[in-house]
Amino acid sequence: MISKTLERYTEHPEEEFVVYGHRACQGCAEVLALRLAFKVFGKDTILAMATGCMEIISTPLPFTCWKLPWIHVAFENAAAVASGIEAGVKILMEKGKIEKKDIHVVAIGGDGGTSDIGLQALSGALERWHKFTYICVDNEAYMNTGIQRSSCTPYGAMTTTSPPGKKSIGQSTWKKDMPKIAAAHNIPYVATACPSYPYDLFAKVKKARMVEGPSYLHILSVCPTGWRIPSGDAIKYGRLAVETGVFPLYEVENGQYRITHNVKSLKPITEYLKGQGRFRHLTNDTISKIQERVNLEWEGLKFQCGVK
Amino acid sequence: MKKKGRQEKLLQGNEAIVEGALRAGCRFFAGYPITPATEIAELLSVRLPQVDGTFIQMEDEIASLAAVIGASLAGVKSMTATSGPGFSLMQENLGFAVIAEVPCVIVDAMRGGPSTGLPTLPSQSDIMQARWGTHGDHPIIALCPSTIRECYDLTIKAFNFSEKYRNPVIILVDEVVAHMREKIVLSDEEDIEIFNRVKPTVPPEWYIPYEDTPQGVPAMANFGEGYRYHVTGLTHDIRGFPTSRPDEIDPFIRRLFRKISQNFSDIQIGEFFQTENADITIIAYGCIARSAKRAVIDARERGVKVGLLTLNTIWPFMRAQVEKVLQTSRVIIVPEMNMGQISREVKRVNKGAAKVFTLNKVDGTIITPQEILARIKEVS
Repeated sequence: MISKTLERYTEHPEEEFVVYGHRACQGCAEVLALRLAFKVFGKDTILAMATGCMEIISTPLPFTCWKLPWIHVAFENAAAVASGIEAGVKILMEKGKIEKKDIHVVAIGGDGGTSDIGLQALSGALERWHKFTYICVDNEAYMNTGIQRSSCTPYGAMTTTSPPGKKSIGQSTWKKDMPKIAAAHNIPYVATACPSYPYDLFAKVKKARMVEGPSYLHILSVCPTGWRIPSGDAIKYGRLAVETGVFPLYEVENGQYRITHNVKSLKPITEYLKGQGRFRHLTNDTISKIQERVNLEWEGLKFQCGVK
Repeated sequence: MKKKGRQEKLLQGNEAIVEGALRAGCRFFAGYPITPATEIAELLSVRLPQVDGTFIQMEDEIASLAAVIGASLAGVKSMTATSGPGFSLMQENLGFAVIAEVPCVIVDAMRGGPSTGLPTLPSQSDIMQARWGTHGDHPIIALCPSTIRECYDLTIKAFNFSEKYRNPVIILVDEVVAHMREKIVLSDEEDIEIFNRVKPTVPPEWYIPYEDTPQGVPAMANFGEGYRYHVTGLTHDIRGFPTSRPDEIDPFIRRLFRKISQNFSDIQIGEFFQTENADITIIAYGCIARSAKRAVIDARERGVKVGLLTLNTIWPFMRAQVEKVLQTSRVIIVPEMNMGQISREVKRVNKGAAKVFTLNKVDGTIITPQEILARIKEVS
């Protein structure tokens, strides 16, 4: 069993595939997530990327921070492009045109490119059972175009298209549960991760790499620019998201849910919300509404995982 | 003396489009973030709720135009805003809006293409996409502002035309004009014509939703007002039901074209600048019309007789006005930030009366007055 062998993953791979030469904002946890993830994916990896922050910052010609084959096509189709690459590599190997080895295909999209415009392509690729990993680097809004809401923006958050005011509390809908949507395709491996927990992230990437079939990783990537927090606090807020239950770390392996970082008692949600400019306008009523929802979802997840 | 409701503002093109849309009565926006059109969505997300309007951010551009069509059928003046890549995704629904005759306004802030292209740099390369991007024979109206005031005025016109002719109207604004700031004076008391769609006056049971009229535009009932009718993307008869009868298809398609073609004088807006005695006339639109105007003034100072025809209406193509300058000028220069999309149209209507020269720039930078002057020198 893969899970047994990787229960305690403490190895820190040395080789880097996301290197210097990018233009991410100061304190960006999203590019950190990619850096950590690709240490584990290794060199036999082909990448398809959707339009988004990571596309823009990682390839400002003549520079690039990628040491891997990389393609950007459009906003909605990273998963479809990855499908084509995976099928192409497979057939070339079958025909003996290229050397037979374990080449892994990875598609990357932001929360907008995954949960909004790219959902159709993602669903298609998961259903067709391509052997690839889809990574959603979720910074909870369209940061690349200047902080517009996406369906992964949390309830109450201020963005430029969900401005709070007399007639609006900010984002008025609850965050779309992308990992559950991916898991509903009954694919071999789905997990949530956060670069604030690097070893947990390494282990999950390793599993995603090893399974036969599609895998999906949802990585919460704190965005100091868009969340209106000091640029040194990205790791802290990543931890708080997990400790307050806003973003639990779990995995779904062949339909089995498992919490990978159990939190004995959740910290109050206020610890996570305070200090974030995007939640500054929230009233106590809204905060308790969010707290209720977080508790409910946490209990639901514990039930699914069989944790008391 | 300060007049009541008079406001002097320093506005960006995108902001002026928002002001124009609200003045025209737009109360619904559905869109998706994209540079360089995002400001329109951002501003409307604040302004629309203030006037009891609705702002929705959709999951992509396909859904955005679909929502706009739905809102318009429900009776609300509606719009969306995007740029090239999003405009590509909207083409299917654009065709639907044409065939179902749904009034709506689509802003396309043009950036360099094809594909993701140059998100932050200007271009004028969506001219032909606006004309023929969606499949099938169809009429279209596309307007192109070159000043901030025109952004405001043409947005109002766009809503008026869409309501009057029951056709989608595209505002082609290049990135330069979309992001440029200029002073603009707005006044509540200003006499601006606002046109609202013609509603049926007959009882519901007599209503024929796609009936031909002298104007070619049938009266439009809003959903929920008791007039039951069928809306479809299939070619339909006068009652709105799908048909494959040649004697119904032909008059229907011809009527769609006739609504626009018999109203050229209303739709086609342009400006002749010192063209009366011009030896050389420049035909330009968008931000390049501004460069061209400077070039005309500079050339005149040097004794070269140059004039300018600014096209504010891109589609339907302003054939009559272009033919006029083709007759009076020896040389025509068409500077544009594409490989020659309007110059081709000019050449098409030129019957050998004048020599037509192009000046194409596709490097993501604006064509300067100096470059136009150099071209004038070259060809004269």
